Amino acid sequence: MGLTLTRAAQWTTSSSGTAKLESTPLNESLLKEILEFVEKIGSKSPQEAEHVFEEPLQWNTTLVASHFKKGYNTRGSTVKSNEKDSEGNPLLQLSPPSLYVRNFSQLSKLLHVAKDRKLQEVQACLEENRDPMVNILGWNFISKLDRTRSPPEVPIDASEKDVKVKLFILLQDIDKKILNKLVAEISEQVQLDPTIVTKEVELFKQCCTEGEERLLKSLRYTSDFEFSNGCRAPLWRQALGEICYLVIEPCDGEILNITCSSAGVFLNAGFQQEGDESHYERKSDFYEDLASLLKNRSPHFAENINKQVVDGEERGRAQKSEKQQENIVHQWERLQRALYGRKKCDTCQRWRNLGVLTVCGPAEEEKARKSSVEKKRPGARSRMKAELSASYSPGHLSSQRTKTSAGAVVEEQFSESSSETEEEEEQPERRSETNPDLPSEYWQIQKLVKYLKAADQTVTVLVLCAMMELDLTKETCQLAIQDLGGLEVLLNLLDTNDIRCKIGSLKILTKISQNGFLRQTIVHMRGLQRMVNNLDSPVKELQALAAETIANVAKDRRARRTVRHHGGIRKLVKLLDCIHDSANLRANMEKDLEVARCGASALWSCSKSSKNKEAIRKAGGIPLLGRLLRSPQENMLIPVVGTLQECASQESYRVAIQTEGMIEDLVKNLRRDNDELQMLCASAIFKCAEDKRTRDLVRSNKGLQPLVSLLAKADNKQLLAAATGAIWKCSFSMKNVAIFQESKALQTLIGLLTDQPEDVLVNVVGALGQFAQKPANKTAICNGGGIKALINLLNGTNQALLVNVTKAVGACATEKDNVAIIDQLDGVRLVWSLLKNPSTEVQSSAAWALCPCIENAKDAREMVLFLIGGLELIVHLLKSTNNEVRTSICAVVAKLAKDKEILGVLTDRGVVSLLAELINTTDNRLRCYLAEAIGHCCMWRNNRASFGEYGAVGPLVRYLESKDTSVLMSTAMALYQLSKEPSNIITMHEEGVVQQLIHLTGSDDSKLQEFAAGCLRNIRLLSLANQRAACSNENP
Amino acid sequence: MTEMSAKTRKTIQTQAENLSKKVEHFTKAEIECLIQHFNSLLADQVSRGKAAHGLDRGRFRGILQNVFGLTNAMMMDGVFRCFDKDGDGTVTVEEWIRGHAVFLRGTLDERMKYCFQVYDLNDDKYISKEEIFHMLKQSFIKQPTEEDPDEGLKEVVEITMKTMDHDHDSLLSFEDFKKSVQAENLLLEAFGTCLPDPMHIKKFEQLVFQEQHEQ
Repeated sequence: MGLTLTRAAQWTTSSSGTAKLESTPLNESLLKEILEFVEKIGSKSPQEAEHVFEEPLQWNTTLVASHFKKGYNTRGSTVKSNEKDSEGNPLLQLSPPSLYVRNFSQLSKLLHVAKDRKLQEVQACLEENRDPMVNILGWNFISKLDRTRSPPEVPIDASEKDVKVKLFILLQDIDKKILNKLVAEISEQVQLDPTIVTKEVELFKQCCTEGEERLLKSLRYTSDFEFSNGCRAPLWRQALGEICYLVIEPCDGEILNITCSSAGVFLNAGFQQEGDESHYERKSDFYEDLASLLKNRSPHFAENINKQVVDGEERGRAQKSEKQQENIVHQWERLQRALYGRKKCDTCQRWRNLGVLTVCGPAEEEKARKSSVEKKRPGARSRMKAELSASYSPGHLSSQRTKTSAGAVVEEQFSESSSETEEEEEQPERRSETNPDLPSEYWQIQKLVKYLKAADQTVTVLVLCAMMELDLTKETCQLAIQDLGGLEVLLNLLDTNDIRCKIGSLKILTKISQNGFLRQTIVHMRGLQRMVNNLDSPVKELQALAAETIANVAKDRRARRTVRHHGGIRKLVKLLDCIHDSANLRANMEKDLEVARCGASALWSCSKSSKNKEAIRKAGGIPLLGRLLRSPQENMLIPVVGTLQECASQESYRVAIQTEGMIEDLVKNLRRDNDELQMLCASAIFKCAEDKRTRDLVRSNKGLQPLVSLLAKADNKQLLAAATGAIWKCSFSMKNVAIFQESKALQTLIGLLTDQPEDVLVNVVGALGQFAQKPANKTAICNGGGIKALINLLNGTNQALLVNVTKAVGACATEKDNVAIIDQLDGVRLVWSLLKNPSTEVQSSAAWALCPCIENAKDAREMVLFLIGGLELIVHLLKSTNNEVRTSICAVVAKLAKDKEILGVLTDRGVVSLLAELINTTDNRLRCYLAEAIGHCCMWRNNRASFGEYGAVGPLVRYLESKDTSVLMSTAMALYQLSKEPSNIITMHEEGVVQQLIHLTGSDDSKLQEFAAGCLRNIRLLSLANQRAACSNENP
Repeated sequence: MTEMSAKTRKTIQTQAENLSKKVEHFTKAEIECLIQHFNSLLADQVSRGKAAHGLDRGRFRGILQNVFGLTNAMMMDGVFRCFDKDGDGTVTVEEWIRGHAVFLRGTLDERMKYCFQVYDLNDDKYISKEEIFHMLKQSFIKQPTEEDPDEGLKEVVEITMKTMDHDHDSLLSFEDFKKSVQAENLLLEAFGTCLPDPMHIKKFEQLVFQEQHEQ
């Protein structure tokens, strides 16, 4: 602790004479380290902890007697510990405000007592005991041990000596540990690079020559030992930002003792004697570098340095060759740049940071980050401003890099991070040259890029060919090309007129644009515009390459937009037009097809944004794609079908695919033995088969069977998802289901209910829901173990999946026997609980599934009332704003209300008023189920009258104007029920119900007739009763 | 004038008849056009006071530069050498048409042979490093910082040699050249542009062959 405290801690000297520890982050972390050490010493080395200090540590505490409880003897405001030393003195004593502590275990106990004030206590203790080591071990011991490194000769008993030595070692260790940590911390924010200092020194050493015009007589370091981080100052001085010490003898004047520190260069008091620390004292102002200090101190130097640098060449120096001179000027400039300008970006460092990080996965990334931090440390440059150091902290950088490597970079982030590195990663070039980490390709690429810049078209092509010889799929190469400025040159070549240069450039670009990071840069450098410009070149090869590169680059949203904005879509569509009839062009057919293939690939990439889909359509792309769909080559078909299936998310494309006969080709290609192509075709059918005609076309083209056989390739999940999706959509037609069943699709699908990714499951379950429309299949699904898997899926969270699962379960539940199985597996409860799902689609789908469950349950009452809060949930959902939810819930209410007891509960929950509130809807389906629900709810006590009171009867009568027979049916039923209440009849009559009911009695449906007639009868009965009553009133 | 042309036309037709048997890639009609074009070029030269049976070097270079957009003097000399099969310093009608067969319609094989011949400056069937260096000398812009301006070019020649010299004898034989070009078509005109680019070909064909339609 001794060294740490004297060297590293930042002390302020207040006027009162007692030093204070400044509250700097450095000191804070130092205190924390010491605190942690003291707290742990008791458990780690108990023997040493018990050792009694030579002198107690004494300081003014803020703690008072009341803080001390167990193990202490409190008398008034003084406190003594129960533990005593061999002479019976208490090991801890408090006589406010002074506190005396005599061993480490007491110290750590005290800190425990102090709780959240422990940091202040440690600080106070250290401030008042400037040399704790002396207190702890005794002056004698320290002086002996420290100086001579031999055991003390003081006559003390052996065991005590042993403990003392151990404690000393312990303290030394922690001292060193803390120092190292602090050095590491400091290095991170250090600004002045030791390598820069080294360079400057090296430069001036060359100036220490003989003769009149030499700049300096001599220059040397005070120490020959160089730390691994490039500093020569002792560690604890490094903590203060000092790098090395120099002794310079100028031509005029005295010897200068110079300290180079991160804050600048200054004169020190001179180096007299090892161990004497006074020489570290600053004796001059800070200078920004060695040169400016020397200029200031030595007029001779000031006069000559300028001459040397500026006029060096003319003056033709005797001692130096001209070349050397030039070299100096060059180095000088470089140095100046490094020191002040920081203009040039050290691509190498950045390349390594980014390159390494993007290559490896997240796990290795952490490792790489650490290593890059370590690499940065030697470049210790102190940055005194806290905010700057914060932005420079490796964590910050790496978090940014993590983002970039995830491939989700927004351009701003990217440019930000690059400018940051430009500013901060400046390092002398020589360092990078000797860096062993860089692969040989890096230097090769550096050379090639240099040549590219200097060459005419002929040599450019040669250099490009040489570049192609490298392994451009390697990420290190790709990033090197970008960072060494090669990407810019390659893109610039696209603006030239030389076809061979353009072709060469594009051949490289197609390969390196596999890298997401480079794609960003290409877009950023307006690369896409240039590629688009080359799309209408008369040279086929160039067109094809440009399109192929666009296909790679346009994988990001921004890139796709750029292609569109520059008219790229139109040009790409034009490339598809390659099939000509004229015979003399057959020779060029192959080239044309290649162009079309590349065009289609580019369109596929672009078609991922909906505006581009529209643009492709407007440019007349659909018929051209349709024509290429008949191509026999798979490599052509893949991008074509890829584009089509991507675009099939749009109605216009689906119509076109159906009407232009593309279904036939899609089905044909399903049979090809190419997984990707099959997947794309299935996916296209998936998207298009929402339409009934399309489904029929798939069937008539015999496409259903191949779809089922695709299920065998269960390992390819993408293919499986597409195939099951297509089966699902196609099974909306019952004729298709029949054909699917012939190929035993049902069993296969049931087998796919477990261990599949969700996007497959959604489709499989959707298909099963459709299959279950056939009664025989319902039993098959339940018996085949399907129902269990389905119910398991009810526990999921994927909403699309839940919708389909509830549909399938609901479909199965229409069979009476199945409901028992479902209920047994807890399925009803699970479906019911899905009513709580936030998605309205899931809610309504669950409600629909409940209807058959309730209807077919053996004992619905027991089942429903068993579900606590279930009915409340149902009533609550009537308040939903979603019509589909309301409709489905009305249907559930209608089913539930058939049971008197349940109806009672529902009525208590206010179902009548909520139903009545819905009465003004115009939605026919809702009207139908609402009327049914009202009709069934009339069965309970005075609910009939309540409906009247809530004003439901009048609007209900108006439902009779509807042309929908199911609405008419349920309305007539409801009216019949309501008409059992005389007050409702009056309202009905006012609404003119009689005429319409009479009309309904003429219906074909006997049930409807019955309800209408029954209602009329009730009306009639009332009016008769009225008449009778009137008569009896008149004639009493 | 018309009489003259009627007379010359007949000679042209017979010439074309003969040549179409010897030269590939062109129809008889196209050869007629080429002959006509050649004659008109020759006529210009004659009118300047020299009676000749073929185009001389200067005239030929002029055509290469103006019509086909070739600029490199060394390459143009090479092209002339290739056209002028008998080495008599003039390009005759037959040489002209044979040359154009490669120039305009040559297959990859033919063009490879042709380019190799152009690049083989001393006609020893090998392209040496020195020859490459010589051909590329003008192609490198000297960089002010470069200590030795030829250093870069030497390096490029070395690298190129390494990729193209398959039998490692430090000389490019035709086999080496062929192999390299087949692997990477861009290497066809590796050491200098000596073939017209597609745009110039198109323009030339339009110019020459459309005269036929007009007549």
